[in-house]
Amino acid sequence: MSTSTQQSSAAPETSAPSQGALGGHEKQAPWVPWAVFGAAAVLALGFGLLTSWNIVLFVIYTVVLGTLGTYVLSRVTEGPRKAVDRLVTCLVISAFGIAMVPLVSLVYEVVRRGAARFDAEFFTASLQGIIGPGGGAYHALMGTLIITLLTTLISVPIGLMTAIYLVEYGTGRLKKSITFFIDVMTGIPSIVAGLFAYALFVLIFGPGVRLGIMGAVALSVLMIPVVVRSAEEVLKLVPNELREAAYALGVPKWRTILKVVIPTAIAGLATGVTLAIARVIGETAPLLITVGITNALNFNPFDGRMATLPVYAYYQLTQPGVPPQDAIDRAWTAALVLIMLVMGLNVVARLISRLFAPKTSR
Amino acid sequence: MTSTTSAPPAQQPKSRPGDRIFAGTAKGAGILILIILAGVAVFLISESVPALTAPADEIPGDGGLASYIWPLIFGTLLSATIALLVATPLAVAIALFITFYAPRKLAAGLGYVVDLLAAIPSIVYGFWGIFWLAPRLVPFYRWLEENLGFIPFFVGPVSSSGRTMLTIGLVLAVMILPIVSAISREVFSQVPTLHTEAALALGATRWEMIKMAVIPYGKSGVIGGSMLGLGRALGETMAVAIILSGSAAGITWALITSANPQTIAANIALEFPESTGLAVNTLIASGLALFLITLLVNMLARWVVSRRADFSGAN
Repeated sequence: MSTSTQQSSAAPETSAPSQGALGGHEKQAPWVPWAVFGAAAVLALGFGLLTSWNIVLFVIYTVVLGTLGTYVLSRVTEGPRKAVDRLVTCLVISAFGIAMVPLVSLVYEVVRRGAARFDAEFFTASLQGIIGPGGGAYHALMGTLIITLLTTLISVPIGLMTAIYLVEYGTGRLKKSITFFIDVMTGIPSIVAGLFAYALFVLIFGPGVRLGIMGAVALSVLMIPVVVRSAEEVLKLVPNELREAAYALGVPKWRTILKVVIPTAIAGLATGVTLAIARVIGETAPLLITVGITNALNFNPFDGRMATLPVYAYYQLTQPGVPPQDAIDRAWTAALVLIMLVMGLNVVARLISRLFAPKTSR
Repeated sequence: MTSTTSAPPAQQPKSRPGDRIFAGTAKGAGILILIILAGVAVFLISESVPALTAPADEIPGDGGLASYIWPLIFGTLLSATIALLVATPLAVAIALFITFYAPRKLAAGLGYVVDLLAAIPSIVYGFWGIFWLAPRLVPFYRWLEENLGFIPFFVGPVSSSGRTMLTIGLVLAVMILPIVSAISREVFSQVPTLHTEAALALGATRWEMIKMAVIPYGKSGVIGGSMLGLGRALGETMAVAIILSGSAAGITWALITSANPQTIAANIALEFPESTGLAVNTLIASGLALFLITLLVNMLARWVVSRRADFSGAN
């Protein structure tokens, strides 16, 4: 830290002409904080070499020393108000850095460990009769696709029609209560949605029932509010002039909605639905208690247990069997595929909203 | 939200069957949502009645329903509280960074990167927590025990695997970070430019501007957002189930030992697949308790957020 004060005095052409607005203190040159952090890094390096080398400790020391150094230096040269401002800037930037640590490490870890079994067999074979190496998640992948498709088929019509009701028809108390309860529904824990589906189907089929369709019902409880929320926002953006123009031409209201309002908003609706699918495709807990797991192929959601990718990953990790490493590798690859599905859906949603931007706005 | 219905038509329009069918379907979909939500409550209650009425010694654990559920509620609240305490300051700082500190061109992209954290499935957080985070936290826990062991939270012995309550709290904090920071960001970006510019024009530094103009305006939004995050942390299942499997220790304040209280959601996920009979009803009863707790937290959060819209103090 003492080195950097020397450096700042060694550069009079930057610090001299700027008269500080705060109590006549000098204004710091823009490179001074960087120099302070550089000095802190050198100190931390020395510290680390003296004790034991650790990259995490090195980064922590650098940030802490750099922040303290910047604060003290600024307090001496610029006064307390500026010093606090610089301190907060350092803290806010470090907070963002801290938030990036889990994201980067998680993606790196999943890719590194998942790459081992990211091969053709993983996508073409099921686990039937597999002990030890080999085997795949074809059955789980198909199960996830079937159940997600069913969920979408249930949720999108209900969600879309509800959004249309809220925007185009809804009035008074019913509209208010639907809006409120959709907010409530957004907060339902996913495991409770699973319990609901289980309780519902137990009344019909008796205890211990496991069906693919139960999973779809449970996921629908989670997906419907997301669809309604996004569709409502998008439908509200459709300009009223379009509706009024259609009415003026004598078009009935329902045809106005179908032929004018929805086509105008279709990009936003598609984005919302895609994001809603991304939200439910990685859900594990409701499927764990409604659909169960199986090692065989089952394409019929109305008959018995199905495998799904998240539940598959969970069981491969927690009940790996005798040589555990093979199953754990499969679990990581399943996690990798899951992340790729979710991120891919997010990217698709972004693309839809960018490529098919509303035709009328602006 | 539209005013299509408010404009009086020149003449009474004739009632078309298409209109009536379409309007009826839309209304029906809305009502169906209310029915589904009522169904969630009704079915959960009806399936938990056998557990509520059963004699105490038939409930798993032999102590009756209350002594079965209470440690789970404790674990749920404890883990969610840790998550909230860690996530809220971080999320507010991130929101401030993206709204006021980051270069304009980068801001949207950075916001998207933070939102990506929300897209990652919770089971993957469990994988990450148990394989990456937990082992790396063990030295830190050792340090906590050595230096802060006199605080009841940090008494030893330290878990050698790192699968502890504090790890869960940190993983949950990462999981709720996106929602809290997204809502804070939204509120901060609504702060009237006049307020911020007025503060800057009076000679305030950037932090003073935030302290004087942004925080008072956004306070209730941040509180509401963090309560929504709390609601999410309460219901998180898979990450907790993976990291805390096999350690149900009842009520304890020790955060870094290998004996930890289980949470409601994780307990259901762990026990449900192997349960039959009354055990299932007991689990559903605990799910009902979770449902009620999250319902309460979420309704409170929505109320706080919507109250801000009425009097934001800025008008």
